[in-house]
Formats: sequence, C-alpha cells, structure tokens
Amino acid sequence: MTIPTTIAQTAKRGAFGRRIAFLEPSMALWLVLVAVLVFLIASPMVRLVISSFQEPETGRFTLANYLEAYGSVRHLRAVLNSLELGLGVALLAGLFGVPIAWAISRTDMPAKGFVRLMVFGAFITPPYLGAIGWILLAGPNAGWLNKLWMATTGAGHGIFNVYSMAGLILVVAVTSFPYVFIFVNSALDLVSSEMEDAANILGAGTLKTTLRVTLPVVVPAIVGGLIVSFLEAIALFGAPALIALPARFHVVSTQLWEFFESPVRVEEAAAFALPLLLITVLMFWLQRAILGRRGYAAVTGKGGERRMIRLGAWRWVMLGYALFVCALSVLLPMTVLLQAAFAKAWGRGLSLDNLTFANFHYLLFEQSQSQQAIVNTFLYSGATAFAALGLALAIAYVVNRRLLPFGGVLAFLCMAPFVIPGIVLAIGFYAAYAPPPLALYGSALILILAFTTRFLPIAYASSAAAMRSISPEMEEAVRILGGGRLLAIRKVLAPLIKKSLAGAWLLVFIPATRELSAAIFLVGPNTRVISVMLFDLSEEGNFEVLAALGAILLVITVAIAAIGFRVIGRDFMLRSGQ
Amino acid sequence: MSKLALRGLTKRFGDVAAVDAVDLAIEPGEFVSLLGPSGCGKTTTLRMIAGFIDPTAGTIEMDGQVLSSPARSLPPERRGMSMIFQSYAVWPNMTVAENVAFGLRLRRLPGEEVRRRVGEMLDVVQMRHLAERYPAELSGGQQQRVALARAIVIKPQVLLLDEPLSNLDANLREEMRFEIKRLHEEFRVTTVYVTHDQAEAMVTSDRIAVMNRGRIEQVDEPHALYTRPRTRFVAGFIGRTNFIDGTCNGAAIEFDGFAVPRGLIAGGAGLAGRVTFSVRPQSMRLARGEAAETAGRPQVAVTVVERAYLGEFWDYVVAPAAGALRLRVTAPPLEVYAVGDAAVLAIDPAQMAPIA
Repeated sequence: MTIPTTIAQTAKRGAFGRRIAFLEPSMALWLVLVAVLVFLIASPMVRLVISSFQEPETGRFTLANYLEAYGSVRHLRAVLNSLELGLGVALLAGLFGVPIAWAISRTDMPAKGFVRLMVFGAFITPPYLGAIGWILLAGPNAGWLNKLWMATTGAGHGIFNVYSMAGLILVVAVTSFPYVFIFVNSALDLVSSEMEDAANILGAGTLKTTLRVTLPVVVPAIVGGLIVSFLEAIALFGAPALIALPARFHVVSTQLWEFFESPVRVEEAAAFALPLLLITVLMFWLQRAILGRRGYAAVTGKGGERRMIRLGAWRWVMLGYALFVCALSVLLPMTVLLQAAFAKAWGRGLSLDNLTFANFHYLLFEQSQSQQAIVNTFLYSGATAFAALGLALAIAYVVNRRLLPFGGVLAFLCMAPFVIPGIVLAIGFYAAYAPPPLALYGSALILILAFTTRFLPIAYASSAAAMRSISPEMEEAVRILGGGRLLAIRKVLAPLIKKSLAGAWLLVFIPATRELSAAIFLVGPNTRVISVMLFDLSEEGNFEVLAALGAILLVITVAIAAIGFRVIGRDFMLRSGQ
Repeated sequence: MSKLALRGLTKRFGDVAAVDAVDLAIEPGEFVSLLGPSGCGKTTTLRMIAGFIDPTAGTIEMDGQVLSSPARSLPPERRGMSMIFQSYAVWPNMTVAENVAFGLRLRRLPGEEVRRRVGEMLDVVQMRHLAERYPAELSGGQQQRVALARAIVIKPQVLLLDEPLSNLDANLREEMRFEIKRLHEEFRVTTVYVTHDQAEAMVTSDRIAVMNRGRIEQVDEPHALYTRPRTRFVAGFIGRTNFIDGTCNGAAIEFDGFAVPRGLIAGGAGLAGRVTFSVRPQSMRLARGEAAETAGRPQVAVTVVERAYLGEFWDYVVAPAAGALRLRVTAPPLEVYAVGDAAVLAIDPAQMAPIA
C-alpha cells in the first residue's frame, strides 16, 4: 500500500518532482559539508599562510614578516627551547609511561587498578593545573618540597626550582606520559604471549625476552606515544606560560603570545607559527619512515592464554616506581592544590585556623567574572561537543555508506586538524575571521568554531568507528519495507550507536572544558572561560583563589567522567585515546 | 631409558582437573601425538612439558632428571626444548634469518657458525631466498616454515608443537603435515605434537595418545589405534564406527539378530557377560547373496534403509531382518543398492574390537 501512494505523490509533483524522487537528499548535503569543512579548516590555514606573506597595512606580498620573526636571536632561541622541551618531555614521558604500561599489561605487579586510576587521573588533569601544583611544590624556597628539604637538612635554601627548563620538562611530562602509557599498554595487550613463550623456550630469560622481543614488537606504539608527547609539549601554551615566563625564557608558544600583545602583529605570528605545523607534519612522516617495512600488523597473534611474568620480589620495586610516578603526576600536585584551595594563605600549611571556604565563596557568589567564566566554559564546551559530533556523524555516515563520490576527501579534511597545533589553529582563526567582514573576534561563536575544529578529529574517529560497527543491512531492512533513509537513521541507526555517541560526546566535551591554547588568542572580555581565567589569576599571583577555581574545574570534569564510566563503561577515554 | 616421562601428571584449575594423572613415556627420537577434542587437557599437558605451567601433582622427567614437580620446576628457558605455536609467534620485528638465528645467538655460538647453520636450516625448509624478508611479507605457510626452522635449528632435546597447522587453509595443512614428517625423519628430534585433527596425527606420528577429559584413553601406533580401539571414546573419535552390544553364550557371542562364534574374534576367549564391540563400516561387505570371498564369515540377511553417495564410496545404513539393530556399512561406488533392497552382510570377526 505504501509504495503506490508514494509514487502517486511523486507524480503530483510534476517532472521536476519525479526527478527528485530518484535523487538522494544527501547529494545536496555533500556540498554543505564541504563548505563547512572549508570554512572550519582550509580557510583559516590558507589565511594563515597568506598573512605570513602580507604587509600588515597594504596587504602586499612581502618576506618582511619572516625576517622579523626569525631575525632575532631571542626568537630563534625560543624555537630551540621548544625543541629541547619537546625532546625532554618525550624522553621523560617514555621513561614514566613504558615501564608502567609493561608492568600492568605483562607482570604480576600488585595494585594495578589503583595505578591505572592514577594514570587516568593524570590524563584528565589539565597541564596548567599540574603546573600550578608544581609551583606550590617546587617554587624556589617557598615550595613544599623545598621547605621539607630545608627542614630535614637544615639548609638555608631549597634545592628545587620549578622555574627552569628542567622544571618545565618535568611538569609537562607528568601530564603527558599517559599518552605513552595508553599507546604502549594497548599494544602490549594485543601481543600474543606466545611471542614471549617462543623466546623463553629457546632459552631466553625474562629480561632478555622483554628487551629482545616484547619491547621491540611494540616499538611502533612507543614511537607513536613519544611523538604525541613531543607534539603536545611543543604546542602547549599554559604550562610554559606559567613556568617559562617567570623563568625568563621563551618557547614558541609563549613567543607567539607575545606577538599578540599590543600592537598585535598577526602577520609575524603567522610566519612564526608555521614551523610548528611543519614539525608536526615532519614528525608523522618520520614515524612512518622509522617503522619502514617491518609489518607490525602481525602483532595480533591469536590464541594461547596470557601468562603474566612473575617478578618475585621485584614486583614491589616495580610498584614503588609506579607509585613514584603517580605521586609526581597526580598525588602530590593535586594534594597541594586542594590544600591551597581551602587555605587562607597556602604557605601557612595545614592547620585549622588556615582553613576556609572563602575562596570558593568568592568565586561562586561574589565575583561575577568567575561565575560567567564557569558558565561560559560549560556552555561553549557543550555547544562544541554537539557541533563537532553532528558534523562528524554526518560525514562518517556519508563516507561509511559510500553515498557520494570523494568521501575520502571529507574524511581527510576531518582528520587534518589532528596535525594542527591548537595555538596555530587559533592564529589562523584570528587571521581569517577576526577582521571584517565576519568580525567574529570576541564573540562566543569564534570560540565554539575554533574548539569544534580542534576536536573534530576526535569526534570523527569515534563516529566512524561507531558507524563501522553497524551493518548497512540494518538500514536496508527498513528501506525495503518502505521507510526512507532518514527514518532508518532515526529508528534504527541512532538507537544502535547511542552509547558510542555518548562516549564520543564526552571525549570532545572534557578536553574542550580545559582548552587553553586556542582560547587564549580568541577570547574577548565577555567570553572568558575557566582556563583563561586561571591563567589571568596566576599572573596576579593569587594562588588560593586560582587553586579553588582549578578544583571546581577538576571536580566537575571528574564528575562528568564518572558518569561516563557509569553509563558507557570503564576505560572509555583510555580506549579511544588512540 | 625414555627421553621424556610423565608420571601421574596432574593439573587442577580450582576444582577442575584439566589434566588427570597422565602417564606417558616417550622414546628418544619418537614422534608422539596428543590427540583429543578441545578441552581434553592436551595443550595443558604440552605447556607443562614446556615449563609454562607447573603441575599440581606428578612429575615430568627428561633423561631421568626431574624437570617439573609440584615442589619445583625448571623454567622453560633452561629446558633446551623448542616449541611451535598456534599463532606461529614469529617475531615481526626480526627478519626471517634473525628469527632463525635467535636461539643460536642465545647459545653464544660464533657468528660464522650461526650464519652457516641458519643458511643450512633455511635450505631445508626452502626459505633461503626469503632470508631477509620480514614476517609480515610472508604467507601463513611461509611463516610456519620459519617457525619450524627456528625451533629445529637449535637441535632441541624435545620439540613441542601446539596445533601448528590449525591456522592454515586445508591444502596447505595437508602439505605441511608431510613437511613436518619429513623434518622429523631427517632430524629425528623427540617430538610431542598436540592436535585435534586425527588425520594430522595419523600422518605424522609413531604413536598417538588419545586424550579425553584430562586422561589418556589409549596410546598406540596409528594402525592399532584404528583397528583395535580399546574404549568407546577412542573408537568414536578416530574414524567412524558401529557400536554393537553382544552377550557371551557358550561358544558364541549373540547379537541382536545374529551370532558370531567366539573363537573367530581376536581375544574372544577371554570375554564374559555383555560386551560392546566397535565394528568399522569398512570391515563389513554387502552382497546380493553368499559371496566366495567372504565364505566362512558370519552372514546376516539385511535390508537397506538409508543410503548416501559420497563419491569415493557408498554409505549405507542396513537393518538385519531380525532385531532393531542399524548398521552403517560402506561399499565401492559400483555396488549400488536401492533403499528397501534385500542384501547379505558379511562381518569380519577379526576386525571386531571389544571395547571397555
């Protein structure tokens, strides 16, 4: 009955209508999607490159911006500092992440659950909060560790100074080692223990097997984790700004920030930002080159039960090391941060008369700026998550179901922001959309758009994975019974991928709440978010209020992550951290 | 002295005995298969021999030295054995040559000798031209050859194989069976081979130990295992068979619908009471009437009740005129009977195996 009526309706619409009946409405969608992606990704990047070759006033071609940007020793020094930071962080993150990943995946180390939880904690701690924790711990003389040192040794001054390159490397490494952990741990979980058994039976002991077989097999994961840590470190703005600036040195990101102090020199910033982009692209190329033709795909061994390596007494040593890393990354910095949040003056230590809720009261009820920042943060992040996920889903659907030619182009554009450092993206957005005709600078929209672009790869990867898990036959069954494609999506597809979508939404939402490097270049007086406000407070040196604001951000993030755990299952973030 | 001896070997996981008091002695240079359905304990037994699992009770001895006992076990790396795994476990980060050289280098042999022996071994498995390839660039069968070369090149005390062919496709599997047999004939390494595929075990083994529910049901040469199964499980697991119950009565054993003189059955003199026999479909002949070649054997008048043509032979189900018995019997392609045809079934008492 349905089909004849449909045809009858079509006939009423005339010749044009009849032609439409045979077209998929999604055809028009393709053009819309391409336009949106060009607007979000291609246009800002092209604009960035063009500006770098333009005279600020006249818009004429020039190389002056490059001469200006790279013409001073100070600026070049910043590039070298960034490389030093990136390398240091990558190495230290490897030193932290690889042994813990190995211990959890391969050995009988006790308390694995707790260590995992701590690594997850480090993963969701924004690096700038870690940096603030470490300023409280290892600030010269006043820091807790220095006080402890002076109290135990009777020395006149402390030995730790967080305001140094070494301090910065440590602070960034303790928040980025989870990347290495996630990569290596999931790779190790895939390696069949028969690979190790084969080495054992030929005469190799535990140590030799681990060094000659297990770790070499997961080299791609280790390299991948190190590269991501490296790239995160050189693109990071918050922690370097909090630590490098007082220590009187620059890295690329802080130098870029300086170009934005009045007078704003966008063209120079654009010229100076391009190396970050080039390094990123180079790194991913390098990764492929290193791995070469060794097919590591063979890692997916089949069968055989997993045999945990018995470490004997060494398992306590291993646990000690894991707890040491957890202490550096989460336990110590978060403890002092909480102490400061509830203190009248953090330096006075833990005592009843130093305890106060005034910091929270001030932030939540007295100061309208902070109230607005909190509301803005969650509003923008929510909007970002919906926008990124909506766009990603539409594209994943079109690509996965092969509805249109050139789906690959859409997928490529979606993943492209993965190699664009947030700070570079922000400068591109500024160059493209701050000036007229759009004049979006200072609006909420530009923040949401920039965030959406930044997290589009996460949303796309999750959506594509969800889409792949649903057979097209599910929808075809609806359509053969007379339901349209949209009905099939609404009634069948959507309910089936609901859970994965909720996970993907959180995966975008959580990082969006803490995003600083893109925000700092694009906020206006009324669109400040928590991360930017934290940064401003740190410039004032008001650590108690700052810690309280950080605590609010953390508590809300942890609560949301906990809901995610509940609803979607444990490890949802670590799993798709890819 | 046996090369390898399992004495009362037992492994419990909680309340379940995965391996239950297994006794097995393997002679030097012998090829023994552990054959059984999945979950019968064969892989657990093998992994205990390798030292990956410690026994709950019993011992494993090699050349009279105790390797494994509940009290202490030598770790796998000190047993001088080698093993081939279901997943091949060829290390993807090393080339073919590096994979094969691994065990030799661990034994600190001089570089020149390592190169020579790796080269010779690769010749044996016909892989020399691929020596510099990485495993991802090889097919499944080639990876399996690398695993074989890697295991044999160290001249192991004992070679262990854990369902090594189960991931290969059917043609390759057949080819590799003979490859494994050839390598064994060339090197005469004492070998324990785990499989659930009876054809694999029959082709390769000197003796087969059939396992069921953690126990060894029977250890025998392939021919004896097929013709003289001792338990119902063994008779049913190796090939197809008919189980028929008989009662000893004086000089005859009486079945449902016919009887067989006791003296014609191998070991028939010692039987008493009710006995079950395994009678292979191939051991009986179907004929239109009394045939010369089956003269002297018990003949039973039957009716064909089912038939299926399988190309290489006919598969008939026949019913003796008296009684409710149904027997499966095979016949060459040209001996055609229709369902409902009357025929005479000749039974060869020498091929009737009494089972426990």
